[in-house]
Amino acid sequence: MTPELGQLALILALLLAFAQGVLPLIGAWRNHRALMAVARPAAAGQAVFVSLAFVLLVWAFLQFDFSVQYVADNSNLALPWYYRIAAVWGAHEGSLLLWIFILNLWTLALTVFSRNLPEVFVARVLGVLGLVSVGFLAFIIFTSNPFLRLLPMPADGADLNPVLQDPGMTFHPPVLYMGYVGFSVAFAFSIAALLGGELEQAWVRWARPWTNVAWAFLSAGIVAGSWWAYAELGWGGWWFWDPVENASFMPWLVGAALIHAQAVTEKRGALRAWTILLSIFAFSLSLLGTFLVRSGVLTSVHAFASDPKRGLFILCFLAVVVGGSLLLYALRAPKVAGGKPFSVVSRETAILIGNLMLTVAAAMVLLGTLFPLVGDALNLGKVSVGPPYFGLLFTLLMLPVVALLPFGPYLRWGKSDTPLLKRIMWRAGLAAIACAIIAAFLTDGETKAIAGTAAAVWCGFGTLLYVVKRWREMPAGRRYPAEMAGMLLAHFGVGVFLAGVLLTNALSVERDVRMSPGQAESIGGYDFRFDGVHETQGPNWHGDQGTVTVMRNGREVAVMHPQKRTYTRGQVQTESAINPGITRDLYVALGEPMDRTQPDGAWALRLYDKPFVRWIWAGGLFMMLGGFFAAADRRFRAKRVAETEAVPAAALQESRA
Amino acid sequence: MSRLVPFFGFMLLVALFGFGIWWNTQHDQREVPSPLINKPAPAFVLPKLDDPTQTVSREALMGKPYLINVFASWCIACGEEHPVLMTQGKSIGVPIIGYNYKDAADDAKAWLAKHGDPYDMVIVDQEGRTAIDFGVYGAPESFLVDGKGVIRYKRIGPLTPEAIEKELKPAIAALAKEQP
Repeated sequence: MTPELGQLALILALLLAFAQGVLPLIGAWRNHRALMAVARPAAAGQAVFVSLAFVLLVWAFLQFDFSVQYVADNSNLALPWYYRIAAVWGAHEGSLLLWIFILNLWTLALTVFSRNLPEVFVARVLGVLGLVSVGFLAFIIFTSNPFLRLLPMPADGADLNPVLQDPGMTFHPPVLYMGYVGFSVAFAFSIAALLGGELEQAWVRWARPWTNVAWAFLSAGIVAGSWWAYAELGWGGWWFWDPVENASFMPWLVGAALIHAQAVTEKRGALRAWTILLSIFAFSLSLLGTFLVRSGVLTSVHAFASDPKRGLFILCFLAVVVGGSLLLYALRAPKVAGGKPFSVVSRETAILIGNLMLTVAAAMVLLGTLFPLVGDALNLGKVSVGPPYFGLLFTLLMLPVVALLPFGPYLRWGKSDTPLLKRIMWRAGLAAIACAIIAAFLTDGETKAIAGTAAAVWCGFGTLLYVVKRWREMPAGRRYPAEMAGMLLAHFGVGVFLAGVLLTNALSVERDVRMSPGQAESIGGYDFRFDGVHETQGPNWHGDQGTVTVMRNGREVAVMHPQKRTYTRGQVQTESAINPGITRDLYVALGEPMDRTQPDGAWALRLYDKPFVRWIWAGGLFMMLGGFFAAADRRFRAKRVAETEAVPAAALQESRA
Repeated sequence: MSRLVPFFGFMLLVALFGFGIWWNTQHDQREVPSPLINKPAPAFVLPKLDDPTQTVSREALMGKPYLINVFASWCIACGEEHPVLMTQGKSIGVPIIGYNYKDAADDAKAWLAKHGDPYDMVIVDQEGRTAIDFGVYGAPESFLVDGKGVIRYKRIGPLTPEAIEKELKPAIAALAKEQP
């Protein structure tokens, strides 16, 4: 009975979404207050029904309701309860339900925190979100219903893809979707601004905290995904330029550009059309990500079930939403290049260059991702571009961004004084060179390690210099407003990230070896001794567990237990053992036994020493914190409407160094 | 006009995706074109299942087209394929050579005795060495080799009645046209 309730809830949610999408927009157009007032209750009602559907699906999983096809396909009696909850978003139908659930969370948050915004504007924003919701709910109900029954009911289900049975995977999709879907708010704001044709830029200020939070979630989601790939796929890699990864990375790049463009538009009134365009792009790329992953247009290591009917539906939806928005943009975007003038040496210029690089990088990633498809279309055969293309172009495009980054906080709006910038350049430059020289000695002249150290110190030290300057010059309590703290954290994070990427890349030692019990291998100054393999058992798997003792200078550092698991339904999964550390990770993955009949004999093992790999994710987490901090700035808490409407002109004057 | 650029750019993208969806309904993405198609089959000398003292080589089979069908008693998908070969094997018009892959001879014999033997001859590759030359991913797989010893068609996975009608038989018909 409950699955039918879930389906009914989805249908009711669709009807309410329709009301939320159409009536307030008509109301805003005709200036009809009663119609506009439909927006909030309709959104709340939709959220109630979508949550109900979501909870019912969770319940079906917890209750082992194998009469539901989706539950039977993705769980079984032996699957622990926490993975049964994670199984809700373990496959196509459930991930879409999660998507729409999160969209409703964002919409609900918007209805609560928009009390002080003009009624017409809120009506338009909620209307746009309602229309997005209609598309997704229709998609779920008509092509991907998670509540479909399976008759006769099987005694036990299949299994959740074992690759997904990992703590990292339980929260990776929800966090990632918080980011993806969060861009819908910035999107709705910009569409509402286009519809309203407001000349004021107040909407940008209202949109900023939402964009920052969405981007912060997306950062966290990507970090979680990268960590998961590292821990779970057993190759020790943290990024593969895989279509699915790229799908999350493109909105992130555009989102980073958008955050900066919004700052320019809000404070200086410049780049108005560009900010609107970026808002549309960020959300479009999120939708595109969903399309790429779900339509099966591209294959990837993340092999999900795909179906041309679904692909066609998302494509039409994409065409209507994005095509419609871009058409609206062409018709209604602000025609005059507004804003205050700025000189060559100014914060605007730096942000503009950064924006250009980030968007071009996103376009580059898009092109690389779609390359196999272009190859098919132009009849070039099976072609694809890999890490060399992405790695090289991305590095080149990010060079100017890294070079400009330490100057960010010092640059003033409009025009900056050059002597100060030169001083900073000297200080950060000298620190970077000094550390690079030390790194050269320590690593025997590894180019990437030297470059990584220099770039990291350049960004990190440059940012710290500004922290010190503020500390000295400003009175306590006014030193670091949240918005600025956010920027500093995120920029510092870029430095940490750079150190992680380049040092790991340069210094990692990876070796595939054949080892007999008792044998030892020396890698990166560590002695890995293989102590054999024994059988072990988990809640829903059995497997072989190896023991590897790691010694350094005769002292025991770690005892590691890599596993090779066979799950209930026969899928085999490598569970690598990782000994984490701030300056290095030790990583052991169990391969195959040399002789299948003798599991006590020699095995193939993968032994990695990965210095500074953790800094990659630490950098990402700093950026995430930056996003959250910036969003929390008191300046963004919308004042009363009357006040806000009077203030914009004054607000534009305001400039923070 | 310049404000319409993003729109047109996007429409181009939509066209590309539309093409992608259509393309995928026509092609299986997992299907990697075998580099061996239209190349001579690798040379092999393999013993027969029923009499290991006799061997069969590529040269000995030259002159007439034949179908090599990779199978093993441990292979579940082969069990699905087997009835299809039993009912339609005779109708395709070329001899079918069973290629017993990484299997124990007794298991293979027992399997054929139980389920029936659709093969004109069974050769054995217990180690799976020759299979590497053929680029065998796993069982079942089928290779159509023409009279000159050239591989003309390959199928990964079980032969289904549909695959036989739509792919294998046209390929065999094409061979027949070449050699009147």
